[in-house]
Amino acid sequence: MSTFQLEIQLVATVVAAACALPGTFLVLRRMAMMSDAISHAILPGIVVGFFLTGNLSSPLLILGGAAAGLLTVVLVEWIRKTNRVREDAAIGLVFSSLFAVGVILIARFARDIHLDTDAVLLGELAFVPFDRLILAGRDLGPQALYAMGMAGILCLGFILLFYKELKLATFDRALCATLGFLPGILHYALMGLISMTAVAAFDAVGSILVVALMVGPPVSAYLITNRFGYMILYSVALGMTASIAGYWIAHLLDASIAGCMAVMVGVQFAVLFCIAPEQGVLAAWKRRRHQKWQFAIKMLVIHLLQHEATPEADRECRMDHLQDHMAWEAAFAEGVVSRAVSQNFLNTVGEYLELTTEGRELAREAIIHT
Amino acid sequence: MEQLLNDYTLRTVTLGTAILGAVSGALGTFAVLRRQSLLGDAVSHAALPGIGLAFILTGSKASLVLMVGAGLAGWFATAIVLLITAGTRVKYDSALGLVLSVFFGAGLVVLTYIQRYPNANQAGLDSFLFGQAASLIVADVITMTILGGVALAALLLFWKEFKVLAFDPEFAHSLVLPVRWLDIGLTTLLVVAIVIGLQTVGVVLMSAMIIAPATAARQWTDHLGVMTLVSMVTGALCGVGGALLSTSISNLPTGPTIVVCATGFVVISMLFAPLRGIIWQRIRRTVQNRELRSESVLLDLFELARTHDDLTYPHMEPALRVIHPQRGTLYRQLRRLQGKGLVQMHQNGAWALTPDGVRVCDQLRKDRIG
Repeated sequence: MSTFQLEIQLVATVVAAACALPGTFLVLRRMAMMSDAISHAILPGIVVGFFLTGNLSSPLLILGGAAAGLLTVVLVEWIRKTNRVREDAAIGLVFSSLFAVGVILIARFARDIHLDTDAVLLGELAFVPFDRLILAGRDLGPQALYAMGMAGILCLGFILLFYKELKLATFDRALCATLGFLPGILHYALMGLISMTAVAAFDAVGSILVVALMVGPPVSAYLITNRFGYMILYSVALGMTASIAGYWIAHLLDASIAGCMAVMVGVQFAVLFCIAPEQGVLAAWKRRRHQKWQFAIKMLVIHLLQHEATPEADRECRMDHLQDHMAWEAAFAEGVVSRAVSQNFLNTVGEYLELTTEGRELAREAIIHT
Repeated sequence: MEQLLNDYTLRTVTLGTAILGAVSGALGTFAVLRRQSLLGDAVSHAALPGIGLAFILTGSKASLVLMVGAGLAGWFATAIVLLITAGTRVKYDSALGLVLSVFFGAGLVVLTYIQRYPNANQAGLDSFLFGQAASLIVADVITMTILGGVALAALLLFWKEFKVLAFDPEFAHSLVLPVRWLDIGLTTLLVVAIVIGLQTVGVVLMSAMIIAPATAARQWTDHLGVMTLVSMVTGALCGVGGALLSTSISNLPTGPTIVVCATGFVVISMLFAPLRGIIWQRIRRTVQNRELRSESVLLDLFELARTHDDLTYPHMEPALRVIHPQRGTLYRQLRRLQGKGLVQMHQNGAWALTPDGVRVCDQLRKDRIG
């Protein structure tokens, strides 16, 4: 592995971590699409920043972009408050018009510079190592690494500092406001961080990968934990692994690095979607199956309890009667009985079904609880 | 205008953008009303891998082939969003963000793969990212017209059903309508509308074509049929306006110009629409406030006079000012009331109700209590 490759992966993992941190909040606050909106809407901010400074690597560009991101948030909020347009429509309107303005600005006034709409949308990680930070004649590594590192550290610092306030604002906004924690200010601070991260990342990875890294890993983490802190940790870890895996797949296929990373984010989600311990499809299917059998067993023991020690017991408490009485298929009835026997709720004496003490207990409990 | 009639390319492009505006306006109405505004964004991003794969599989760049690919991918993405939200606790917005970015990433991978293809014919596929209205040819416009026509015909055919579905799905269910199929059908029509516009407006800005005309139309009417018509006309106007503007001004890309036009329509509608418009509402509120204020001055004069035998007993201004501390407001209201002949000023500067004023006060008090 060359330094070149190492540097790309280093930048990619830092981007992933910096995006996953605030992304967790977006996902939990049902504002995931704001990442899409912000990452597109920063374009005009960057363009205007470029017009003001005439320099594509000026830190003012980051400020301009972040300001445009915040402008998106403010505009969406403002439009929503007029009660004339729903929030989702407001988001779609604001970011697409800002993006359109950005594209027009570039097309009309900045044709001959490197600032190209493709680059904003797609990014090019492979070029990251060429843009180096050189201080006092010494090569300190790729510039993007420092920009992203700063963004990541700011996000981390903000989250560590306001952990419990953010948690409160995310899960119970009303209580947060009652306790005087100013959820509105926290909201805008968070959105400001997200804008800043998006701007810092756009050059390296493009706005779409920003969306993938902000939404994907937290959503995947959401499937495997119910704890807030773990969700943040898992998202960071998932985002980092997805970006490294994506890099190597892109290397193998000789395809877009950002694209492969986004695909890996999707693959991670798909895998967890299937096998996550509680939320996964497989687990849900198993749970439903288990519940189906347990419910049938309960029905069976209740039925047996009703009829045992009555004159009809001989007729009612028989294996072959279940098909008529419960409308069960023979195979299903057999399955229920064998499971009930193995769980020690009843004994079979030939065709006759006899409750055990546990079986009676279960039946009584089931009757009381239903 | 003359140019429009004579210039073949311009005529083709304008016709194409008008058709795409009308179709996306019509289907956008339903998307916005059903809170699916951002689904359009997801579908248009998700179409990218479909476009690439369609090209790889067929080697053709015919717009119909690419549109079918885009449509299938977009439709598949919608299905995955549904699967995720139905199968896990992941929310709609997160599912949209995830699917959007992952599909787009996959699209990038496919496009970079195509670029290495030994076939030099691939040029132009990336015009789908930002749209390339100028590349529209007659065959494209015919394809757009046929697809759009079919979509609009289907919308008209199932108008009643879609209307119920949009406003009250439970009611639709109780009417034994196949709600699920209608939902799939309407979403498919939306996908068709998006696919028609991709080549012209591009992946990123297509969502604006779905949201903007419908949002503008919503401000003018509460009637679904009227809203759909207004939205179609708005969409078509934006298309034509964008196409004409971008040809008359150099370096003005068509897609973004159309979007900016559409946003302009939204802003104008939100401000000036007769009932919902913000300006009109402000004016109405100001008038109402003034009315209320002068009524209250009138009633206070009545209350003061009630302590005497004569309901037209005059009072000096300071007595009223105890109740209405703002001198300017009080004086203005008294003058207004005087103008209406409800109060009169005596020589000594005292104010009294006229007999007309007493009658109005009686009526007001009855109205307020009753």
